Amino acid sequence: MSPTTIWVTVLAGSAVCLALKLAGHVVPGTWAAHPRVARTAALVTVALLAALVAVQTVASGRELVIDARLPALAVAAVALVLRAPFIVVVVLAALTAALLRAAGMP
Amino acid sequence: MASADDRSRVGRGGAEGRVADVERSTALRAALAVGIAVSAYGLSFGALATASGLDVWQTCVLSLFMFSGGSQFALVGIVGTGGSAASAIATAGLLGIRNGFYGVQLSPLLAVRSWRRVLAAHLTIDESTAVATAQPTVRLARVGFWLTGAGVFVLWNAFVLAGAIAGNALGDPKRYGLDAAASAAFLALLWPRLRTPLARYVAAGAVVVAVVLTPAVPSGVPVLVAAVLAVVVGWWSGRGHAHPATEDGEAR
Repeated sequence: MSPTTIWVTVLAGSAVCLALKLAGHVVPGTWAAHPRVARTAALVTVALLAALVAVQTVASGRELVIDARLPALAVAAVALVLRAPFIVVVVLAALTAALLRAAGMP
Repeated sequence: MASADDRSRVGRGGAEGRVADVERSTALRAALAVGIAVSAYGLSFGALATASGLDVWQTCVLSLFMFSGGSQFALVGIVGTGGSAASAIATAGLLGIRNGFYGVQLSPLLAVRSWRRVLAAHLTIDESTAVATAQPTVRLARVGFWLTGAGVFVLWNAFVLAGAIAGNALGDPKRYGLDAAASAAFLALLWPRLRTPLARYVAAGAVVVAVVLTPAVPSGVPVLVAAVLAVVVGWWSGRGHAHPATEDGEAR
């Protein structure tokens, strides 16, 4: 992406997110209390984050690659099972990938 | 990130005697925990954003104006993996929908108008909503919302700047495993939202869809298709447990 395209993405994305926040405060909210709507919204968040985990771990552009990111993610998962705080999870994953790459893994 | 434990601690406390002191000190402890978590989170976001190709200015403008961690991580993640501007904006927006649901809950609680309403909307995020809705009285809820919102805003943006400068200085992000840190960050955001079986099925389905589609469609699109899957499942499944939007809002 060119710097200009990134700027457009940053500003348009911010505008969309602020508009959504404002809509919640301004639009009468009875429809939002509907269990079906609330459940769908919660699941969209789950699906987006899960898909982002997958893409961020095994995609390189449009190629699927297995590299140091996968074992690093496994370490992060173990840290989460052990209830480690966010920064510990992230740092352990980065450290794992950095060490594996220093040892020659792609 | 306010954990469920922090929130229940804030929410407890009674209404009499020296309880006010106890309440204030537990609220302070919760605020401190949220503050430390947000600072660490901002630091990693700043570093990851610059690793994904944003410069320090773009990273800071994004944090100031989007001000929603999940959406920001998604946007830079898709920019970093070569997705289009449209898919980056769409994904950030879809992740921002939950803030709209928080607004629905907060609006009657805060009862503000005009520019204060816009400010309240901007500060409507996981942390401020969690703290506000956990308070026993409307007055404390308002105090909790504004303090947490303002505190997180200041700390988040300061540490994003620090992270962006540090990330810029580091050089090749892969050498330091910053790409793996991004995966771990998304996993950490996802983790507390996997409490119901339905959420776990949808997460597994989203992973499969994203991986299968990656070689077939442009970058960024697999993530959006996974969101469509969630809409279909959420709308037509009757057996999932519905819960208020904040219930799953532990991390931004």
